[in-house]
Parts: sequence; structure tokens; C-alpha cells
Amino acid sequence: MSKPKIVVIILTLLALLLPLALPWLKTPLILGTAFGIAALGISILIISGQISFGHALFVCVGGYAVAFTVRKWTHMDSALLLVVGTAVGAVIGAIVGSFVVRYRGIFFGMLNLALSMVLFAVLGKFFNVTGGTDGLRLERSPFFGFNMERDAFETVLLITCVVLALLLGWLVQRYLRSVAGQALSAIKTNETRLEYVGISAYQALLIGYIISAALGGLSGALFAIAQGLVTPEMGYWVRSGEIVFVAILGGVGHPVGAFIGAGIFEFVKLFAAAYLTGAWQMVLGFVLIAMVFLAPRGISALLEDKKHKEGA
Amino acid sequence: MPQDLYILAILDGLSYAALLFLVALGMTLVFGVMNIVNMAHGSFYALGGYMAATLGLWATSQGLSPAWSLLILPLAAVIIGVVFGGLMETSLMQRIYSKDPILQLLVTFSAFMIFEDFQRLVWGTQPYFVSDIVNYLGTTEVLGITYTRYQLMLLPGVALAVFIALRSFLKFSSVGRQIIAVSHNREVSTALGINVKRISLFTFMVGSMLGALAGALASPTVSWVPGIGGEMIVLSFAVVATAGLGQIEGALVAAILIGLARSFAVYLMPEVEVLVPYLIMVLVLLFRPQGLFSVAQARRV
Repeated sequence: MSKPKIVVIILTLLALLLPLALPWLKTPLILGTAFGIAALGISILIISGQISFGHALFVCVGGYAVAFTVRKWTHMDSALLLVVGTAVGAVIGAIVGSFVVRYRGIFFGMLNLALSMVLFAVLGKFFNVTGGTDGLRLERSPFFGFNMERDAFETVLLITCVVLALLLGWLVQRYLRSVAGQALSAIKTNETRLEYVGISAYQALLIGYIISAALGGLSGALFAIAQGLVTPEMGYWVRSGEIVFVAILGGVGHPVGAFIGAGIFEFVKLFAAAYLTGAWQMVLGFVLIAMVFLAPRGISALLEDKKHKEGA
Repeated sequence: MPQDLYILAILDGLSYAALLFLVALGMTLVFGVMNIVNMAHGSFYALGGYMAATLGLWATSQGLSPAWSLLILPLAAVIIGVVFGGLMETSLMQRIYSKDPILQLLVTFSAFMIFEDFQRLVWGTQPYFVSDIVNYLGTTEVLGITYTRYQLMLLPGVALAVFIALRSFLKFSSVGRQIIAVSHNREVSTALGINVKRISLFTFMVGSMLGALAGALASPTVSWVPGIGGEMIVLSFAVVATAGLGQIEGALVAAILIGLARSFAVYLMPEVEVLVPYLIMVLVLLFRPQGLFSVAQARRV
């Protein structure tokens, strides 16, 4: 069995078994997995050589879509809410993507950043609709048709998160190995040659953008359901930076990277919040700088390099 | 909207544009020479403000006249630019020139995260507001509007002076011409005997200093709170992108454009005030992806 696969199994077991011993870990694990799903989305864009400092836009959109839906239909099932968040993320992704993917490099990053800040500002200003900077609270809705207490609800949500992470990781891997996915890495290496082969770079990147936006929306929906609260903060540009951070930290070579990165991110955050009050960003900053110099292709690349040496 | 409000909006816009311009100028200068957008540039703005506030409080406790602020504000900028800019260039920027652009951006983003917590650790989360200099310089009347002299004359004055000084420095001095050469081509400049390493360090310090200067100058007019650097970086992005990366004259025009648009929005449609800079940037980039003042570059095959 290859090393990334072993890591996937270890991570899955850890995520499911650790809360049995330490129940308070449930929430960080849910949030971490949700974060990983967003990072999985952005890793698709990073493979194409583009970096978006505005991807929290879609997390935010997914979260608010869930919040508005729950306000309108109070007893909507959480499983359906996840679908709503993903779908809204994908639709907004298609609209935004249709003009953003014409840009490359720093302009791609900046346009995304600007658009996410537009949403951030709108959400903060229109108090009557969005609850302003305080955001919107949402009631806990039933899950798979059952009304549950907080504890059981979180357990089901955690299992859902883990299953989704496995499924999506596998799907993204399939996608990246398909023609459409291979075209993405060609955009990074040489876009003109890609066009000569007869593949539209615009279309390839747009598909990637929509998928990554849908994953962002799903991640936002998970955040909203797990926390029972959505705020404009979800869409602030620093959040987008953190998603990129997680993706690079874990490495984009293998989907498991996004979740390794998210795990480390949440762990450092918890650890630093407990022992170095108010300095968790600083710790993360140093971790990332160390990463860029020591293992620029991320942690998952370390796993794969070893595999190559073994000749497997 | 009565005429008074128009004038008020114009004055607000210009004094705000002066600050925006200084920050954007630092960023665009660094980008021009190093080809890296420094995500931590807003931190220099924040640090400059904090440093100025600290020095200002110290000066007050020593019983110095507020006039000393005129010296203290630039001094704060120089300290931040040399110490923090120099530290960041030598420890980080120098090592990432040959790296993937995504990693370059991320390194500066990590620097932003580190600076952000550094500010919190040193200056805490309480707001700072040292405005003695504004009161000291007093107010003046323009077309029937009473306005502080600090914002009316000092801010735009400093911005213009810096603009002219920087332009002539780049054009006529030897170091300035070396900077221009490096911005065109690093390798050729090295071959011509320019010490590219030293030029990069110098440019980065000056760029950081400009960001810090804007912060120092802004600190007497608003209360200084955590997170102020994160907001400024996005605004300065907007100015730089609207103008075109690396465009110094363009940054001046774009800063005035965005400053005025924002202050008019404050009076006419307060809900959209925060949106205006980003909307302008998105609109400009939609029609002129390379910014208002850049020439499009040919794609490399």
C-alpha cells in the first residue's frame, strides 16, 4: 500500500476514534475537516498555478445560503442544507469564475481578493438582511430526519464530515487524473502549448474554478451547521489566506495533503491558543515559513518522494 | 447635496488619497524592483502608526511641544522601515527571489501573520489615539468650510513632496538609476556591476518606510486598533492594481480617484462606502486587465 493511502487510513481512524477518548475534540475535528475540504478546493487552483486570495468568498456564500434557508424553512434537513451550500457555491463560482478565469497570476489573486472583500463589506453593512457584523444565528436542524441533542448531532456531523472528506478526496483525485484535470497543470507549465493541443484553457480553468467553489460552499455549509452561526468574518481575506496556507502546508500533490494541512493548522491553533495566548498567528507564520524553505511542495510530497525511492 | 458637502467630500477625499498614495507607492516600488507583491506591506502601515503613537506619548510625558511631532512622525517611519523592513528583506525576501510566485506570496503572508501578532503582543488590543499635533496646527477655512490644517495641508503636502522627491531620486541619482535598472532586469543589472542585493535591500527599506510613514501620518487622525494593517493592505492593492503594477505616476492618479470616490460615497451613499475602492478596481481590471497606466506585456511562449 502506498504511503499516502496509509496516511488517509490513519487520519480517518484518528478523526473517528480520538473523540471517544477526548470528547471535546469533536468540534475542532469537524471544523478542521471542513477547512480541509475548502483547502482541497483551492489546491485544484494551485495545481493550475493560480492562487486565489479570495476563496473564503465561497465559504461565506455557502454558509449564508444555509443560514437563509434555515431561516425560511426551519426544519430543513441538515443533509439537504449541505447540498444547498454546495449548489449555491457552485452557481456563484460559475458566475464569478466566468470572468475571473481570464486573468492569471497576481491579477487572478487580486480580483478574487477584491470580490471577496465586496461580499465581506456588503454582509457587514446591510444589517436588516444579513445581521451585520454580528452575523446570523441558526437553529439546529434535524439530521437525516432525526432531531438530535447536541452531542449526538456532533457525532453524526463528524462522521458525515469524514465520509465526505474521503469521498471528495477520491473524486478530486479522479478529476485531476482526467483530461480536464491534466489540462489544469498544463496551464501552469505552458498555456499556449495547451491551446495548440486543442484544449481551451479558459474552459479547463473554469471547470476547476467551479469545482473549487462548490467545495468552498460545502465547507461553508459545514461551518454554518457546526457552529450554528455565520458571520462576515468567514469571508475576510485573511481567512482566504489561511485556506491557501493549509493547502500549501499539506501539499497539493495528493488530496490527503489538504487534510494533513488542516489538521496541523487546527492543532497549532488549539495548542498555541492554550499555551501562547494571542500568538497563534505568529506560530503559524513561522511554521509556514519553515515549510516553504524545508519542504516547498508540502507534507504530502514528502510521503510521495519516499515512495519513489522505494521504487513502488 | 449642498455645495458645502461637496467641498467637504473633496477635502476628505484628498487627505485620504494622500495616505493611500503613500502606502501604494511603497508597495508598487517594491513590486517594481522585486516582482513580489508584499502581503505584509499593510503591517508596516500599522507598525508606523503604533510607533508614532508610542513616541508621541513619550514626547508628551517629557513635556515636549506637539510641534516635535513633525519630527517624530517621520522618525517613526524611518525606524520601522529600517528595522522591520531591513529584517524582513534580509531574513526572508532575499531567500525567495528564485521561488515559485505562489510561495513568494505565501512567505509574505506568513510575515503578515507574524507582524499581526507582534503588534498585539507589544501594543495590546486597546486603541491608541495621539492627536496633539492636529490640535496644535489648528484649523483653517476653505470656501466656508472649517478644516484641520493637518489634513488640509500637511498630508497632501507630504504626499506630493515624497512623490516629487522619489521621482527625481529615481531619475537623477545614481542609486535611483540602479533601482530602475534592477526593476527592468535583475540579471543584466548584475552583469553590469550593480550590487543587486544591496539595491533590493535599499528599495525594500524605502518601500516599507513609505508604508510606515503613511501609518505615522494617519495615526493622529484615527484611533489605531488591531487589524488596521489588514484593511490597508487590501486598499493599497486596489490602488496599485487600478494603476497598474509598478506604476508610480499611476498610483498617484488611482489614489486620488479612489480617495475621492470613497469620500463622496461617505456623504452620498454611506452603505456602499467600503465597497467603492474594490468596485473601482474590479471595473478597471475588467476592461484593462493590466491596470490603467501599464502597457500590456506580450505573453511568453
